[in-house]
Amino acid sequence: MPKRVSIFVTCLIDQLFPKVGLAMADVLERLGYEIEFREAQTCCGQPAFNSGFRDEARSVAAHFLSVFDDAEYVVIPSGSCASMCSHHFAELYRDDPSMLAKAHAMEPRVWEFSRFLTEVAKVEDVGAVWNGKVTYHDSCHALRELKIKDGPRRLLRNVKGLELVEMDKAEECCGFGGTFSVKFAELSGAMVRTKIASIERTGADAVVSIDSSCLMQIEGAIRRDGLPIRVLHLAEILASTGDPR
Amino acid sequence: MKEIRAIQPQLHPTLSDEKLQLAVYTATGRLVDKRKSTVAADVLPEYQELRQQANDLKRHAIEHLDYYLEEFERNLEARGGKVVWCRDGKDVVDFVLSLAKRRQSKVIVKSKSMTTEEIHLNDHLEEHGLEPVETDLGEYILQLKHDTPYHIVAPALHMTRYQVADLFEEKLHVPREEVPEKQTQIARTILRQKFLEADIGISGANFLLADSGSVVLVENEGNARLSTTAPKVHIAIAGVEKVIPRAQDLATFLKLLGRSATGQPLTVYTSILSGPRRGTEIDGPEEFYVIILDNGRTKVLRDADKRQALYCIRCGACLNICPVYRKIGGHNYPWVYSGPIGAILTPQMEGLDKNPWLPHASSLCGACGEVCPVKIEIPRLLLELRSDIEQDKASRGEDKLEKLGFQGWAKVMTNPRLYETAGAAASWAMQDSGSEGWAKHLPWFMNVGPVKGWSSERDIPEPAAKSFRQLWRERREAKAEQ
Repeated sequence: MPKRVSIFVTCLIDQLFPKVGLAMADVLERLGYEIEFREAQTCCGQPAFNSGFRDEARSVAAHFLSVFDDAEYVVIPSGSCASMCSHHFAELYRDDPSMLAKAHAMEPRVWEFSRFLTEVAKVEDVGAVWNGKVTYHDSCHALRELKIKDGPRRLLRNVKGLELVEMDKAEECCGFGGTFSVKFAELSGAMVRTKIASIERTGADAVVSIDSSCLMQIEGAIRRDGLPIRVLHLAEILASTGDPR
Repeated sequence: MKEIRAIQPQLHPTLSDEKLQLAVYTATGRLVDKRKSTVAADVLPEYQELRQQANDLKRHAIEHLDYYLEEFERNLEARGGKVVWCRDGKDVVDFVLSLAKRRQSKVIVKSKSMTTEEIHLNDHLEEHGLEPVETDLGEYILQLKHDTPYHIVAPALHMTRYQVADLFEEKLHVPREEVPEKQTQIARTILRQKFLEADIGISGANFLLADSGSVVLVENEGNARLSTTAPKVHIAIAGVEKVIPRAQDLATFLKLLGRSATGQPLTVYTSILSGPRRGTEIDGPEEFYVIILDNGRTKVLRDADKRQALYCIRCGACLNICPVYRKIGGHNYPWVYSGPIGAILTPQMEGLDKNPWLPHASSLCGACGEVCPVKIEIPRLLLELRSDIEQDKASRGEDKLEKLGFQGWAKVMTNPRLYETAGAAASWAMQDSGSEGWAKHLPWFMNVGPVKGWSSERDIPEPAAKSFRQLWRERREAKAEQ
């Protein structure tokens, strides 16, 4: 078991939801890992890549690759950003052999947080306590690009006091999609409301995911609609040790 | 003259039409569930192998299109049929008109064909005094309504049986009938007469078999079989990409097509048509033509990677599963091919500058790629097209603002100190609106561009008072002091 891991906290979490980063650090430290946070880290480049601006995405991806050049494990609390690093960097550098080699060398070292827990740390019970009923939202890139489906659910089922209920549209997109959410705002808003209706039907107290971007979309709409459903990153649940909600 | 380009459509009328939303979401949902049940591992364990086989076969056929098309032509002509090569819709119309003139035809029965929708064949034939009659029930309804297909497989997916009742009452002058089976009987009675009157039958083609020179038609209503056998002339219209090498390859494609399209292990009718009536045969047309149409497909062929969009077998599975299609429906797409496959085909066939918004109208959820029976990498091609489109725009000096925005963003994201300063500034600027880190509204001068789009539908997350990196430093310092 590696003792030292590097974390990539993603620009979204760093700026908007730092408690998610702290929660991930809490869980990893509780499991005995020494955490390294490289201060030069910023973003993986995905916003530009998804918007069609590949030159800009390349320069940001190159920054990521240089920051984490010698890191053995890079743990990321986001399926989408992890997939950018492990699946799409190679597409950015297909015409640049030396950068392509670096991108390929990075692929096996990038770990989405829940997958790191279940496949590297090999834990399913992290000793968390959380009282209530939750439902899990499959974020698209985690589900379809990284094939993460059952791991986060197993981690949740092992949380003391937590009841996991499935929603009928767990695999349906929340409608975020990066700049799509603002370029096609009304459409994106309609999509997230289909998602929220599915969440509501479960009667869950909270919806949980491993991507803060989906959660930002879902929480933004839940708050706009004044619904009493909490929105939490998996790390926040796993970091919880039973303090009153 | 400045070219008129299709701008991003106004989606509000569709999104706010509750009845339509329910109809489309329910109908596509039913197709999604049916598909899922017929490709499940316990009923079709070889499903993933079949998809790979289909992909391999299509790749091979598309990479050797010239070879297989010529083989198809030789074999069809050996059986007395004739291939007509057409560059575009005009070529097709000219051919059909001259044939109709020679045979003094008036009524033309048609079975469902997206390729003929592509070239607006019916409109052109009507302009010249001919009477084309759609015989697929969905298409017949649309023809009465003067509407275009809403979906590749289920053209009248957006209509309820009550709307069909209204339409039949008005256009056919029949007593109101709301039961779908009885509506079908009404259409059937009228269409039977048309089949008898028609001198020419026009069909599409699901596959062209190179090794036997045959046209394969897949359908559920029997109208395609009637359209191609009752009239004295049969014209099949096929895009160049429809050819597959061998008859035996159908074993792969037919297993996938019905399941992916409608959740049927096999469609009700599969017709393999090989030329006109011969010798002592008692049925079949006297003349048999296969129109092989380009209409922009060879433009797609030029790109060695993105040409895989031509593998499509028109099952519609990507439409049904697409959360965007399920909200905006088929008519907000600029061309007859809607949904994810439309979003990768249209820009390639019509030009990158025509509908630059189209590949951007996706949340990139990837569901389409997962259900495609021929494994077209639709999500990846959407990203490739976005990049092509932005480069195309830049080369014409269009939409400079977004490009500038991302250039500035990249500067910030490659400079950690600048990144931290910019983050702190944003946090300072937005720290006061209050409730739990989320704002309902922002001051007017901030509520612009992307923020305005966001806040129109959702509350706005405020930058945290302290970023993760600040909090992490504090945590390290606190630990060091212990």
